[in-house]
Amino acid sequence: MISVFRKEFRSYMNNVTGAVFIAFLLFFAGIYVTAVNLRGGYTSFEYVLSNCTIVFLLLAPLLGMRSFAEEKRSKTDQLLYSLPMSVTKIVLGKYFAMLAVFAIPVFITGLYPLILSLFGEVFFKGAYIALLGFFVLGAALIAICMFMSTLTESQVISAVISFGALLVMYMMNGLSTTVPTSPIASYICFFVLSIALGVVFWLLTRDYIISAIAAIVCLIPLNIFYFTNNAAFGGLFGKVISYLAVFDRFTDMTGGIFDVTALVYLLSFAVFFVYLTVQAVEKRRWS
Amino acid sequence: MIEVKNLVKQYGAHRAVNSISFTVEKGKIYGLLGPNGAGKSTTMNIITGCLAATSGSVTVDGHDIFEEPIEAKRLIGYLPEMPPLYTDMTPTEYLTFVAEAKGLRGFDVTGQVNEVIEVTGLEEYKNKLIKNLSKGYRQRVGIAQAMLGNPEVIILDEPTVGLDPKQILEIRDLIRRLGETKTVILSSHILAEISAVCEHIMIISRGNLVANDTLENLEAIANKSNKLRLSVRGGLEAILEKLRALDGVISADGEEKDGISTVRLELEKEGDHRDGIFFAMSENKTPILSMDYEETTLEDIFLAMTEDDVYPDEEGNLPSIEEILSRRGKSVEEDATEEIGENTPLSEDNETGSDEEYTPLFTTDREEDDAE
Repeated sequence: MISVFRKEFRSYMNNVTGAVFIAFLLFFAGIYVTAVNLRGGYTSFEYVLSNCTIVFLLLAPLLGMRSFAEEKRSKTDQLLYSLPMSVTKIVLGKYFAMLAVFAIPVFITGLYPLILSLFGEVFFKGAYIALLGFFVLGAALIAICMFMSTLTESQVISAVISFGALLVMYMMNGLSTTVPTSPIASYICFFVLSIALGVVFWLLTRDYIISAIAAIVCLIPLNIFYFTNNAAFGGLFGKVISYLAVFDRFTDMTGGIFDVTALVYLLSFAVFFVYLTVQAVEKRRWS
Repeated sequence: MIEVKNLVKQYGAHRAVNSISFTVEKGKIYGLLGPNGAGKSTTMNIITGCLAATSGSVTVDGHDIFEEPIEAKRLIGYLPEMPPLYTDMTPTEYLTFVAEAKGLRGFDVTGQVNEVIEVTGLEEYKNKLIKNLSKGYRQRVGIAQAMLGNPEVIILDEPTVGLDPKQILEIRDLIRRLGETKTVILSSHILAEISAVCEHIMIISRGNLVANDTLENLEAIANKSNKLRLSVRGGLEAILEKLRALDGVISADGEEKDGISTVRLELEKEGDHRDGIFFAMSENKTPILSMDYEETTLEDIFLAMTEDDVYPDEEGNLPSIEEILSRRGKSVEEDATEEIGENTPLSEDNETGSDEEYTPLFTTDREEDDAE
């Protein structure tokens, strides 16, 4: 794992990707610090960070797109498969390398509150909790992009679908307020989702039986709940998709609140996608 | 060392590998021979754990590649068809990474990296970026990578494809040296390559293992010939009549063209019957213009075994090589010529199959063109 980590980290550093990533993030943080703290006169550093989360839409795909798509394209993944090393370790090695690259600008950004404290009163606790939230949010998003990278051989396609996925998550909170709240509408939405899940399974496995089972497993409890407890369905769909609003979890960690739920939520998001990546890489061996 | 049992790989409706079984012993060079798309790479990918089999098992020194992949993979060094190189690294960086990834630490890493660099002759290029290296040197980096970690078995998938003749000789030499201390499995669709390096040959055709024997045994089968080809001036009927009457002649037939008869004789295996034939023809006043044994070459065996009608029967047994050669009878060479004739600049002379006029059907040069 360490060898993969070292190789990946060095490759990001030798490559333009790492430099662009770090420069971009620092550039944005710098602009917001100048605008908000220096010119605007606010002492809140969290405000800077919450403005900065939008750059993840571009930067997380930039970092993640290479990880597996490029290996597949240049057929170097065969080396990884033939190494006496488990896929989990390979994936973790790559993931931690990306986190290490990401940690560099985060660490540098962490100097801003110290600098600002020279000119006024800074709420350190709030600033650093927010910075931790910022890092964990980035880690979760990078995991998503890494997973997207296993789905294709093209870095560009990987980046585009990652961007798409992150954009949907970014807008998720706004979207969740626009969905209709009547029980029947929620029911229909869930129904369509279940069918879509079956289709996704079919695309992944090309097996009609498994896909049908996947859809039915979702549909049976859905119908049972709907017909026994109709009222609970009111606005349920909007609520469920608002759970997927990853970006908003960061907001929970601003204002000096060390929100463990948000932290656990983001971490489990990252773990889940790292796990999916391992599965996707393993799956390729079985195809 | 390696035991492969009933290996099957199914891609949808297509069966790429059909119940292949073989064992690989320590310290020999094995050649996996077969036309393109026969299932060589698939088999190698499964043995090395890069690909999962549909059914069947592979054990490396007692470790199942699917159950204990880490232990099994440690014993194998693998060079896939496309050398898996990170082109933005130098050979030294790349090999150091692979050595560390294979679990080497500290001085072992630098020691082994320097050793493989020396063995593969990469000294001069070790600090250039891999993307700037030529195909031959990239291949060497690939082989060097497979040698790291001192694996017992080295598996090389088409190691000489796309190299120039000099590089091919160098790589072959390298493989021979590797074979002195390690088990090497090598795949190729070039017979000349396999017969130049390997002691044991396995021929794969459309997913079946159709031949699995030592080079000597296969050559012995190939050289066992009892068919004679005569070219005689004179009328065909009279000649055939005379020949059929001779001792030791099992059958005779032929054709006549411009007053010259070409006759094929099948002789009894014991003894040399050529003297009798000579005197009979001389008595008949029909001078013999040429008389040759029809030799089957390794090439003929390869071509015969990779024809469409070689497949296992219901019990999974394959017909023997002798059986197939006799089934094919005299038409082996013609069939072969037709089959690959379209894209092969075959010389007419090859028909006789005699050694002097023998031009290899699969020349390395042409492979080179294909690869380009």
